[in-house]
Amino acid sequence: MMADEPAYAPLDPDVRPRLPRGARLAHNEAQGGWVLLAPERVFKADVIAVEIIKRCDGKATLCEIVDDLAEAYSAPRERILADVTALLRGLAEKRLLEL
Amino acid sequence: MTVHDTQMQALPRVAPLARPLGMLAELTHRCPLGCPYCSNPLELDSRQGELDTATWVRVFEEAGALGVLQVHLSGGEPAARRDLLDITAAARGAGLYTNLITSGVGIDLRRLKALADAGLDHVQISIQDSVPASADKIAGYEGAFARKSALAADVKALGLPLTVNAVIHRANIDRIGDLVTMALAMGASRVEIAHVQYYGWALRNRAALMPRRDQVERAVSVVEELRRRHRGAIVIDSVVPDYHARFPKPCVGGWGQRSLNVTPTGKVLPCHAAETIPGLEFWSVRDHSLTDIWTSSPAFTAFRGTDYLPDPCKSCERREIDFGGCRCQAFALTGDARATDPVCHLSPHHAEVRALAEAEEDADYIYRRQRAGG
Ligand code: SF4
Ligand code: SF4
Repeated sequence: MMADEPAYAPLDPDVRPRLPRGARLAHNEAQGGWVLLAPERVFKADVIAVEIIKRCDGKATLCEIVDDLAEAYSAPRERILADVTALLRGLAEKRLLEL
Repeated sequence: MTVHDTQMQALPRVAPLARPLGMLAELTHRCPLGCPYCSNPLELDSRQGELDTATWVRVFEEAGALGVLQVHLSGGEPAARRDLLDITAAARGAGLYTNLITSGVGIDLRRLKALADAGLDHVQISIQDSVPASADKIAGYEGAFARKSALAADVKALGLPLTVNAVIHRANIDRIGDLVTMALAMGASRVEIAHVQYYGWALRNRAALMPRRDQVERAVSVVEELRRRHRGAIVIDSVVPDYHARFPKPCVGGWGQRSLNVTPTGKVLPCHAAETIPGLEFWSVRDHSLTDIWTSSPAFTAFRGTDYLPDPCKSCERREIDFGGCRCQAFALTGDARATDPVCHLSPHHAEVRALAEAEEDADYIYRRQRAGG
């Protein structure tokens, strides 16, 4: 998902990203897992995307989301930040996320 | 042509069968408007034959189990059904992303609020033109534009996402820019610029609807420019005017691959125009489960895959991209549903399509109407 997106400008660490009304994650057994649903759009969400999107609840800040993921996956913070930024920017451009 | 031969060839499948992502639920053919481009069949289903609430509830559950992710509650005008609220709640309850496709006539704020509370995910309103008088004329309904605008405002007031659907033809093709501006002003996050597809009532009104080639060419570049300008503000989806194209559209993502369509009386079609192909046998949700219909009904297996396609598709590298185009169009224009869609410039019948694309005349619209008693 979003693998072909170009590198993105950094985001404010204090933004609290959230899915807009009309976009939501859903699990469908027959389709083999998680999908992000939006008007006329369906995105298969891989494990990492799901973990990121699930945390976008409008309460957690970008900074907290990245900290949380870095800890959960014991991965370098900069890499997580880059992945999260790319995904969030990509989603926002498609109007699937509010920043 | 008998479709029964083709099933035998289609049967030994190696790859696992794809699962549908989307379902169009045509709740009713009743509609207060009379758009001359309506893709509903000329022979509209009557109210008496419509599926009841309980059957729709079961169909949504079966759809979710089959893999369907999104359901489009459509028609006709879905609000013509008094049980729209129960239907919406059931669709959402079955885990489906629930989209209401409405003409905007027949839903007030109270009803919309109830639908939103029941879990409605998204609303799509069709708007005929950016100029009210012209919009009302196209819809064949005085005051339609005002009611649609009012509903759009209600949708936004409730915080629901909105798509504006604009069907494009000769009378409004020069106002695509205005239509997008209007959609933005209404707060839509998505606008569909959908050039008329010629089935059903649209086919009957083809000469009155067909835009000129120069209009189509301009329209294509206008849409590209609008996309650039409004990037990030609104998503502009466009359905290509295919009589004027070089390659056909990939029909519904491949016949029986991605979507299904349930008619008001319960027949399940691979695409909304499939009934125009004679000899296809459709199964009904009254007699079969949706999974059975998807995997084994004759209408779905008839044109699944690409093995049946003749030359030039047989040896063409775009075969898995466009699946030889639209079966309904192939039939409508060549009399053979297995032929290469003649919209393709490689089709031996392409010259005839070009001629049709040039054939426009200022005929009056034949408005979509239900027969008396329907
Ligand atoms: S296209 Fe027009 S006439 Fe046909 S169902 Fe939609 S609103 Fe009604
Ligand atoms: S020849 Fe057939 S497969 Fe090739 S582009 Fe034309 S319609 Fe598509």
